[in-house]
Amino acid sequence: MNKKLSLILRWAFLIIVLVAIYLPIALIVVYSFSAEKNIGSENGFGEFTFSLYSQLFQNSQLMEATLNTLIIGVVSALLATFIGTFTAVGLYYMRKGKKTVNFISQITVVNAEIVTAVGFFLLSIFIRDVLSIPLNKGIGWLIVAHTVLTTPYVILSVGPRLNQLNPNLYEAGLDLGAGPMRSLFTVVMPQLISSMISGFALAFTLSLDDFVVTNLNKGTGGVNTISTFVYANLKRNLDPSIRALSTIIFVIVLAVLIVFNIVKNKKQKAAQVG
Amino acid sequence: MREPRVLDKIIEVKNVTKVFDDTTVIDELNLSIRRGQFITLLGPSGCGKTTLLRMIAGFVAPTSGNIYIEGQDVTTIPPYKRPVNTVFQKYALFPHLNVFKNVAFGLKLKKVPCGEKLNSKGEKVEQFRKFTKEEIEQKVNRALRLVGLEDYGHRDVNSLSGGQQQRVAIARAIVCEPKVLLLDEPLGALDLKMRKEMQIELTKMHRELGITFIYVTHDQEEALTMSNVVVVLNDGLIQQIGTPKQVYDEPANAFVADFIGESNIISGTMIKDFSVKFLDTVFVCEDKGFAKNERVDLVIRPEDIDVFPENSEQGQLTGTVLSAVFKGTYYEMEIEANGYEFTVQSTTEARPGQKVKLLIKPNGIHIMKKLRTVNEFVGEVSGENTVDFCGGSFEIPTTLEKGTPVKVYVPFDAVELTDDEEDGEIGANVTHVLYKGSYYQVQIYTDTDEDFYIDTTDEWDIDDRVGVKINKSKIRLEVIAHEEESDEN
Repeated sequence: MNKKLSLILRWAFLIIVLVAIYLPIALIVVYSFSAEKNIGSENGFGEFTFSLYSQLFQNSQLMEATLNTLIIGVVSALLATFIGTFTAVGLYYMRKGKKTVNFISQITVVNAEIVTAVGFFLLSIFIRDVLSIPLNKGIGWLIVAHTVLTTPYVILSVGPRLNQLNPNLYEAGLDLGAGPMRSLFTVVMPQLISSMISGFALAFTLSLDDFVVTNLNKGTGGVNTISTFVYANLKRNLDPSIRALSTIIFVIVLAVLIVFNIVKNKKQKAAQVG
Repeated sequence: MREPRVLDKIIEVKNVTKVFDDTTVIDELNLSIRRGQFITLLGPSGCGKTTLLRMIAGFVAPTSGNIYIEGQDVTTIPPYKRPVNTVFQKYALFPHLNVFKNVAFGLKLKKVPCGEKLNSKGEKVEQFRKFTKEEIEQKVNRALRLVGLEDYGHRDVNSLSGGQQQRVAIARAIVCEPKVLLLDEPLGALDLKMRKEMQIELTKMHRELGITFIYVTHDQEEALTMSNVVVVLNDGLIQQIGTPKQVYDEPANAFVADFIGESNIISGTMIKDFSVKFLDTVFVCEDKGFAKNERVDLVIRPEDIDVFPENSEQGQLTGTVLSAVFKGTYYEMEIEANGYEFTVQSTTEARPGQKVKLLIKPNGIHIMKKLRTVNEFVGEVSGENTVDFCGGSFEIPTTLEKGTPVKVYVPFDAVELTDDEEDGEIGANVTHVLYKGSYYQVQIYTDTDEDFYIDTTDEWDIDDRVGVKINKSKIRLEVIAHEEESDEN
């Protein structure tokens, strides 16, 4: 009896935790199919409808914000992956001061984001007013800021993979007649691809999520990302089509995750079976 | 074994020194390697053997000195332009390529001369081309056949066993037709049976390919069975170069004797040519040319000691058997005689506690020069009755003036080591311990990077941090006449 009870308790605990994590998301998904402006209005759920989804694609401001988010996310994540990977490789083959540089490169990961945000804000003013270089905040500036913000995460993702590699791999390339660049690209890089993809995904998600840095650095030109758009809307009335957008984002992320895991599992199995 | 006809030098290492973060790993090393040899660099870990190999491969640049391959100075030439290939310790195969592509990697990059052509200025220019697909396929398959993996081309390298991966690594290196094949402990990661098999195969491959092999190992048995020439290294210095038989039968010093095979190393005195005294007994030996009463080290291999019953007429020493273990074809025994514990391998059975006579024939005794008979340092008189050397200040009665440079001689037995660094006058680390039967010869280095040899009955472990106390009455000072310290690097 006791055993059964403990089993039930264990399951109960697990379910409570999972519900707590997924309840808000589930709520969004469910209500994305309701056209009611306010959740909890006297009409209740109303009828099941895709109207929010069609509204979403008609809301030009929101579509623009989505497009901006994607552009900033993809470009900055690509740049961060490129810079971060080369930094990680450089760090790996460094002989002196490796630990120190590694440490310095990771400080911004734990540092409060608000510091980076304000820092970039001040930097933009410094560049414009002190260095007298015309700088318009906007998408370009946000890409720079997001790249800086996410590069340490790529280093964090690629670095451990490098440490797992056979230390002589690069040398083996040199030994067989490949120059330093060729060895790097044809021998070392292929081993890093999966960690570069994870790094890219991490950088992209962080950029997608970011509000603090973006809001302070988007400038007055009316550039919005999803997060700043939602925030600006909240002050008035939250556009219900946000629910549809959130659902779409969630589903895409979920799909990507599932595909990623399937591919990874297949690869592992292939390596084991040979 | 077929001796290659051309016996010229293929590799020359001249005055090479390598310093890593203030540690001298290779010290003014000179080495010539002849074409076609199977040469082994043998030594304990940290002796500099891998560094030396990596300098020949081009991965590490010497701090000073030069390396020549076929007479050409390659010291500053990068590895991808050197006519050598390496088999790495942990294979370092490319995980994203299959076996065939791994082996083909070097070939795809290789350029072969294909005649000369006149350029626009009318000068003759050598033309190069890449290997064709068919040539590459042919060469790769030949290399895979040589290592016994002809049907494995399409296989994923991660699915192969350690031994197979090692074969791929060898194929990948030899397919490039290097002038010298460098092997960095290539069998270290394999199990014993596989290792034995690969040893035989490597010797066979060396014979078939006819190229020079430089093989790094810490395994003395591997070195002795496989190579034509063994180079024994320790502390970045060559201790001995010789054939396997030479380094085993005639070790140059106590280190080599101790490192190669089991041995009894004893301190003795050369009374005259062909006569050596040790353990209070005079023995006939086959060595000569030492100074009268010169202190020497001598080595007696366990199989060179014959055991006879106590009442036998034969034998020079009487001893007591401490332990006896049957090893299949012989007994390995610890026998104590005149205060020395001999390791003996004999077919004669003896039980622990039994008294026996030991016979050591002249050809079983090998005499070696003592590495050093006294510790010698350069110091300076720093005040009334004090002398500074090795980073410490020592009170030594002297009438010399302050500031006089002196040579300080400290006998091995004048030094006492203490557990607590605070109890000594200076601190030091233990680097080497050699058991000499009745005492230990301990080598330490001070914080000023100077070596001390100490004879002690206490047992110390390598890397122990110790305090050094010196019995001042045994120290001898000698004034240095001229300034000789001009060569500071």
